[in-house]
Order: sequence, then structure tokens, then C-alpha cells
Amino acid sequence: MRTLLSVVAIGVGVTMILTLAGVSRGMLNGMAERSRGTGADIMIQPPDSSVIGFTGTMSEKFVDLVRKQDHVALATGTLMQPVHFLDYVTGIHLDEFSAITGGLHYLEGGPFRDPSDLLVDEIYARAHNLHAGDMVDMGHKWRVCGVIEQGKLSRAFADLGSLQDLFSSTGKISVVWLKLDDPANIPTVKAALEQKLEGYKIVPMDEVVSLFSVDNVPYLKPFTRVVIALAAFFGFLMVSLSMYTAVLERTREIGILKALGASPGYIVGLLLRETVVLAVAGTVVGIAMTYGTREIMAVFVPNMPQAIVPDWYPVAAAIAVGGSLIGAVYPGLKAANQDAIEALAYD
Amino acid sequence: MTEVEIHGLTKVYHTGDVDVQALRGIDLLVERGEFVAVVGPSGSGKSTLFHILGGLTPPTAGTVAIEGQDLTKMSDAQRTALRKNKVGFVFQKYNLLPTLTAADNIEIARDIAGNRGRPPDAQFEEALKLLDIQARLNHKPRALSGGEQQRVAIARAIVNRPALLLADEPTGNLDTRNSDAVLTLLRHLNKRLGQTILMITHNPEAAAFADRIVHMRDGRVVDPPPEA
Repeated sequence: MRTLLSVVAIGVGVTMILTLAGVSRGMLNGMAERSRGTGADIMIQPPDSSVIGFTGTMSEKFVDLVRKQDHVALATGTLMQPVHFLDYVTGIHLDEFSAITGGLHYLEGGPFRDPSDLLVDEIYARAHNLHAGDMVDMGHKWRVCGVIEQGKLSRAFADLGSLQDLFSSTGKISVVWLKLDDPANIPTVKAALEQKLEGYKIVPMDEVVSLFSVDNVPYLKPFTRVVIALAAFFGFLMVSLSMYTAVLERTREIGILKALGASPGYIVGLLLRETVVLAVAGTVVGIAMTYGTREIMAVFVPNMPQAIVPDWYPVAAAIAVGGSLIGAVYPGLKAANQDAIEALAYD
Repeated sequence: MTEVEIHGLTKVYHTGDVDVQALRGIDLLVERGEFVAVVGPSGSGKSTLFHILGGLTPPTAGTVAIEGQDLTKMSDAQRTALRKNKVGFVFQKYNLLPTLTAADNIEIARDIAGNRGRPPDAQFEEALKLLDIQARLNHKPRALSGGEQQRVAIARAIVNRPALLLADEPTGNLDTRNSDAVLTLLRHLNKRLGQTILMITHNPEAAAFADRIVHMRDGRVVDPPPEA
């Protein structure tokens, strides 16, 4: 039982690390998938914009300008309006956006009919328990007019004109999305637009998707590092305390080993070997438990998808083994050097 | 030939500002192959004598030698080596490692002594037959009766062929039937294999299995000591 508890305690630390790393990765993967879901071939942003932060604005007139470019089949502008921490409402021209994405699939309700109408995707609806007809307060009271299938750029959409008016951004957009007549023309169109729109960011979508990594999202890298460092620290503490307790509980056994003539080195070596076995077993259990946390997150926090992150397994294993060893060394040394008679009398 | 030689052995425990004199000048000789019982009431110092002879605690004064090696001059590491090679312990509470099988409890003593993997000698095989535990070797302590656990503990104590087997109230946790069996086994080990045994007990019936009984009281041997 004690061994099992130690393995589970180590496993919980490992799960904590892998879950946090997985959520960071999962959210980025989701953003990349949704960007790909626009169906566009090229994205244009103003010069001061972050490529995947969708910050900065430009005139809506750019849409008409680029629409005239050779090989451009469809073009539409969107406005990304932050409303809450990590929550955006994306302003769209519904017809243009539907055309470029290949159509929105309505699970409930239908298109905008009123300036305060909001379309949400199924994940947002599940996370906030929303249905068509419900009201939602996102700094402004919106009426959910429809729930659409996920995967189309954003989780919440409003009519572009309404959003611009609401946030005093009349005539402003964040991004222009271009669909070309043939993806083979991407380099040609990109080169032509770069000449016309000097300083603007003209990025093929494959490149945009590849940019969705922790390194490229403003604030996410330090945020992720801090969160993972905290997880690693608490995981380490959990593992160390678990091993400390486990070794203390074995004081009498250590006394027996001393009576048999075991040296402090032999006892510490034995404890450390057992600790490594426990830590490896705990790592395996912790990895297995991340599949459980992924399912739990999907049910209770669906807008924070958790990715499985095998590249983090060695890091989590190193923290588990290192934490266990450090947790075991001090009480192990203490126990190995304590008086054998006292150790034998320990109950 | 003398196996254990003790002269003027004194042990003082310092408890806070108080000094407790546990042994007050013990003289004792134990011959090789002898089975000696040390009998005395609680507080007579017999457990302290057991701990000093086993190298678990150093004496305060006097000399203690096992096979000519003086324990009073030994460092902690040397006393650890003494426990590994020269002394075997049998405790009242058996003190088997609960997570290991009976066989592994014996094997770990061999491992500590650096004998892992070497085949046990013929004498130990004979001892195992005497102990009659072959059929229980793959069981963990919790699956063994008290008598079986104590027989495993005896096997562990003698597996490295110690010069001296120290038994501290070996029948203290056993019923009469198992007590007799364990004491008979100790006597057989002594008589058939020549194992030197020093047994601590407060039970006169258990002491009667020994060749010689040494009485202790208030940190002293109260019998006339054997000739030096």
C-alpha cells in the first residue's frame, strides 16, 4: 500500500507537469487548426501587428484593393476584438467569411439578424453552457443567434460592422484573408502584394500555422514557463515529501539492515535503487493519468484542450526521478547514520 | 579456545544531565562452541551487554574481544564489519524485512556480507534442514507463523557462519510449543554444528537449554566468573 501511494504521489506530480504543458500545446494547436479552418491561402496584417496575436488594425479599404490582385479569388476582412482574458469576438462579413471558409455549419440557430447577435462555436457553447437564443455578457450583452461547428478561425463571431461600431473601430479590420484561384500562385501573389503594401505582413497560411508555437505567442512563453516551473516545483515537493515519509516509515527496516552489518553506503544505495524504480513506475502512472486529465478537461473545460506531449515525458521523468532521489537522499542518509538500537526500537 | 572475552566492561548512558550506569564492570569468558544463557531481570544490563557484543553500541570502558578482535578500539565502520562477518542476531520480534520473502531475507544477509550468488556451504544446508523451513522459503513474513519467522531469523543469523550467535529473548513472542522448538533448534545448532551462542533471557526454562547460565543484576554478573 505504501509503495502504491508513493507511486501515485509521484504520478500526480508527473501528471501535473504534463497536463500544464499539454494544455499550452493544446490551445496553440487549436488556434493553428482554426487558422487553417479559414480556408485562406494568404493572410495580410498591418505592419505593427503580431503575426499570430492578431493585434493592430488597418483600413477595411485594403480588402477591395487586394481583391483586384491577379489570382485572388476571394478576400474578406476580419476584426479581432479582445473582450475578456483569452476571449476574442471576431467581426466578420458573414457572406464573405462563409464563402472563403467553405460555409459555416449551424448546429443550432442561424445567421446574424440583429447587431447584437453573436455566433459561437460548439466548444464555446459547451464551455459556457450556451444555446441559440441565450444572452451572454462579454462586456456587451450579446444574443446567441447560432451555434456553429468548431474550427473556423474563432470561437465567437459578430457582424463586422456591429463590432466596429461597438468598439469605436469603424472601418477598421485586423486581418485580410485571401483565397487564391490556385495555391500554386501563393509565391507570385505574395511577391506582388509585398511590392504594393510595403511593410505589411503578407504571410502564406502554411507559415502562419507553423508559427503557432509557445515561442511565438506574446506572453505565452514566459507564462508557460512560469506555470510549468510551478508545476515542476510542486511536483518535486510532492515527490520529495512522499519519499521522505516512505523512508521515515522504514526506519525499523533500516535498523534491521544495520544489525545485519549493512554500511550507510549500502543502505543509501538500496534506498536509491528502490526510489528510482518507484520514480519510473510513478512516471508511467503519471503519463497514463494525463489521458484521464485530457478526458476530464474535455468535459469540464472544453475550451482548454489538452494535447498529449510525448516530448515532455523525458522532462517529467527527470523531475520525478530527481525529486524522488533528493527526497530520499536526506532521510536515507539520516536513517542510515542513526543509532541502530534506536532504529530497531522504531515502531 | 575462547570465543568471547570480556574484562571490566562498563557502559554509561548519558541521558540529559544524568549518567545511567548500565554495566558496572562485567567479566565473562565464552568458549568456542559454548551455549551460554544470560539471565536477569529488567534493568540488569543484559540487553546492553547484547548490544555491545553485537557492535551496536561501543563500551565506555573495559575490553571486549570476539575471536581476539577488541571491540573497544573499533570505529563505527569496523563495528559494522564485525556485525557483517562475526556476529549474527536473533531478536525477540524476529525483525524480518516485511517486503521480502523468507529466502530473500536470508539472501540479503549474504548480500551484505558480499556472498550473494555463492552457493551456501554444506553446513548451512544442514542448518536449513534442522530449521525445517525449506517449504516456507518463498513466503513473506506475514504468511509465516511466529515460530516459522523465528526459524527464518535464525537461518539469516547463521548464513554467514558467524563466530557468535546473539539471541535476545528469542522465545519472548512465542507460545510454549514454538518456544521449545526454537530452543531445541538453537541447541541442535550448537551441538551439531558447533555454533557459539549467547542467549539473553529472563526465562529460567529457556535458560535451561544452555550449557551454562550467567546471572546478571544491576549491571553486574552475580555468579562467580569462569576462570580466566
